[in-house]
Amino acid sequence: MKLPGLLRGALAAALLLALASALPAAARAAELEVKIDNFTFAPQRITVKAGTTVTWTNEDDIPHTVTSTSAGAFRSKALDTDDKFSFTFTTPGTFEYFCSLHPHMTGSVVVETATGAATP
Amino acid sequence: MSSHHDDRDGVSRRKVLECMTWAGTGVLWTVAGGVPTSLGIMAEAAAQTSGMTFLQISDSHVGFDKPANPNVISTLEEAIAKVKALKTRPAFMLHTGDITHLSKDKEFDDAQRIISQAGLDTHYVPGEHDIIDEQQGQKYKERYGKNAKGAGWYSFDQNGVHFIGLVNVVNLKAGGLGNLGAEQLAWLEDDLKGKSASTPIVVFAHIPLWVVYETWGWGTEDGGQALALLKRFGSVTVLNGHIHQVMQKVEGNVAFHTARSTAFPQPAPGAAPSPGPMKVPDDKLRSVLGIADITYKVGTERLAIIDQPLQG
Repeated sequence: MKLPGLLRGALAAALLLALASALPAAARAAELEVKIDNFTFAPQRITVKAGTTVTWTNEDDIPHTVTSTSAGAFRSKALDTDDKFSFTFTTPGTFEYFCSLHPHMTGSVVVETATGAATP
Repeated sequence: MSSHHDDRDGVSRRKVLECMTWAGTGVLWTVAGGVPTSLGIMAEAAAQTSGMTFLQISDSHVGFDKPANPNVISTLEEAIAKVKALKTRPAFMLHTGDITHLSKDKEFDDAQRIISQAGLDTHYVPGEHDIIDEQQGQKYKERYGKNAKGAGWYSFDQNGVHFIGLVNVVNLKAGGLGNLGAEQLAWLEDDLKGKSASTPIVVFAHIPLWVVYETWGWGTEDGGQALALLKRFGSVTVLNGHIHQVMQKVEGNVAFHTARSTAFPQPAPGAAPSPGPMKVPDDKLRSVLGIADITYKVGTERLAIIDQPLQG
């Protein structure tokens, strides 16, 4: 049976998508989302491979920031509702962060080496 | 929330909590015999004929446009209209921070345009929303803090009362509360040096100086150190904003009070999953923005909170 090109393309895309979702998370596109909602970072603690880009989205009606506790590592501007901030973690280690406006809001990103083993 | 004053004021804690959901427009303070007393902005203010009066407004959040109040400009204008209508003209006004929502020029401009219509000298301290420009507070300092120290702290005297504006919204530490910092505390110690213990002191800052609710960050990490420096004074009044509801307590010679917002209410501590803006039904907004009269006297006098909504 001969399929029209468009349909073939769509099938191939669907197959790729199915294949991609079957792969373990780490092998997929290295991206991760963290929600800021109700004055909390969710998930509060994430573990990623080196090279992963983490994107925070503020879903609150109040501005927040994503600010590393170690000076200079990363610091977003004030994120208004629906604003996003992305940072690519290239170095293994544990990165603690907080909202510099509401410092009781804290979170952490654990970055493992790209090949696997967690680095303390 | 411990309170050392007795129950002669006749207002139960539950009643106070009920009252905390109101958002009003301002609190009028009067100093008679060296003891500041907070009055309602309307009837009781009109009855006040002696002493010095001043006004506190807070948390105008100009620029906020979310469902809890899509038109904070209007409610600020209404607050200022109330100020102008007072029979007893206040000597000046305090704004305890969060003038703007996002520290944008237009927000500062709009706030200035409306607040200046009161025709009163206005003394500001910044809230955390006023220092979120790229330079982290430069805009605030350029507008309001030219003659202030550090991030914007200062003091002044009026009618024998010493007023101290403190900044507790900068250099906050992860997991912590509001923060004054060593430099500001050293300045405060120096500022109080040589002042007679009988000098009435009014301290104003954005975040409550005492710990109202730690889980939501409602308190100041090193607020206790500031209060220790104020211990020898016979009359100390601490005025704050930030929590968009009235709370008050008396501890020894210190009276604490938080003012309502002119923009939107926030939930009572622990009454919601987060301290975010509290949406009330549209037809109720004016009633929660209505005026709450507070008559507050140190010691044996009765404390009374009377709800006077703008509408309803």
